[in-house]
Amino acid sequence: MATYSTNEFRGGLKIMLDGDPYTIVENEFVKPGKGQAFNRVKVRNLKTGRVIEKTFRSGESVEAADVMEVDLQYLYNDGETWHFMHPESYEQYIADANAVGDAVKWIKDQDMCTITLWNGAPLTVDPPNFVTLKITETDPGLKGDTSGGGGKPATLETGAVVRVPLFVQTDELIKVDTRSGEYVSRAKED
Amino acid sequence: MDHPAATWQPAATLDRLRARARLLSQVRCFFDSRGVLEVETPCLSAAATPDPALESFAVPCRAGSAQEIRHLYLQTSPEFAMKRLLAAGAGDIYQVTRAFRDGERGRWHNPEFTMLEWYRVGFDHWRLMDEVADLVASVLPGTGEFTRVSYRALFLQVLDLDPLACTGDQLAAKARAHGIDIAGRLDHQAWLDLLFTHVLEPRLAGRAVFVHGFPAAQAALARLDPDDPRTAQRFELYVDGIELANGFHELSDPGEQRARFAADQERRRAAGLPSVATDERFLAALEAGMPDCAGVALGVDRLLMLAEQADRIDDVLAFPLERA
Repeated sequence: MATYSTNEFRGGLKIMLDGDPYTIVENEFVKPGKGQAFNRVKVRNLKTGRVIEKTFRSGESVEAADVMEVDLQYLYNDGETWHFMHPESYEQYIADANAVGDAVKWIKDQDMCTITLWNGAPLTVDPPNFVTLKITETDPGLKGDTSGGGGKPATLETGAVVRVPLFVQTDELIKVDTRSGEYVSRAKED
Repeated sequence: MDHPAATWQPAATLDRLRARARLLSQVRCFFDSRGVLEVETPCLSAAATPDPALESFAVPCRAGSAQEIRHLYLQTSPEFAMKRLLAAGAGDIYQVTRAFRDGERGRWHNPEFTMLEWYRVGFDHWRLMDEVADLVASVLPGTGEFTRVSYRALFLQVLDLDPLACTGDQLAAKARAHGIDIAGRLDHQAWLDLLFTHVLEPRLAGRAVFVHGFPAAQAALARLDPDDPRTAQRFELYVDGIELANGFHELSDPGEQRARFAADQERRRAAGLPSVATDERFLAALEAGMPDCAGVALGVDRLLMLAEQADRIDDVLAFPLERA
């Protein structure tokens, strides 16, 4: 079992705490001049996303988490599992709905995604920052529309619903920022 | 050595390097005008501090024609050497030198750092606090009043707990109550350090405070307070919540100093730390007689950080550890 000592702590280091994989968000070395040294860390649970603070005595060891990020190509899903493939090794990875999370709203076949693997299995799926998707349904958006606030809802080919400007129509391709879930612009074929 | 093309440059800006030069000059003026002699003592020594909280760098040395390698230590502070000078009759002395502490790296720590250390014959720690305040006020003019609070009073005020008369369990409960999540077993001093750093230090932000009367177990080389031997005649200056200086009414009794060293060596052994050679020359100097004095060690890099409102110690160092 690989371990890290506190003096190896840095942002991004992946460690095991109470059976869950965490990433270190912040690491602070704290030491009164002639006293016990501590590491105060902020860590994010890679399963739940929750951030907590912990203190370790300097010199203590923690278990390393076998966590790594890999870029995989999305192949397809069967409603329960999402299938990805490594573009060079052709190795296949299967992610459940929990791991795919929000990415399900944005990914279509052949999109390259960043998958976080824990012990070799997909833990989280990050879609590309920007995706180009076709609008499958939206109202014509005539002026005088009472929805107000600017824009109208549009359903995309993945089933996601985003707010788009009134001039954008069904069957058009649009670019969406997956981090905010917002319309960015019209898009050409990609 | 990674990315030399990217890491050959200094971490501090040239403006900060100039500010450091001005600070050093200011420090020299301060002491020269008070008749305090500047001294230089070795960074390398055959002995090291047995303090279990300090890790000395050991340096392998060839000794003349000997086949065997022996080790010298880089100083964690110039204290022992300067006290030998005091015993030799040097009078009031100061030094700006490098201190080396392995395993200490962070926003406020670089394993190699600059220490200003000075000793005043015939001063007690109260009078020395006045002088520390004068020096720091001259470098940080906006500082305002330097207040004083005892270690015990601080714990009572903030945590409603008497650090000199509480149990480890009570300290652990306080830590939990303040949202500190720490695993494992700590000894009494470690709990006090945990609460001090996590809860009390942040309360010292925005002002200059001398914390005095540290518990006897944290006396280091300070005399015990004859009025309350549960505490030591030791103080720390905190400016804006940052530990800046550590001062003592110096212990000059060789018997008690030797006993403290032995206790430290035993704590090192119990903690599985390597033993270090005791500084017998320092003890011999105490046997010969060191005058009644008070001394203080001040972190020059941190003082410069405060003067320059720098974020990290790297911002005031030409080459912090990773670029050295």
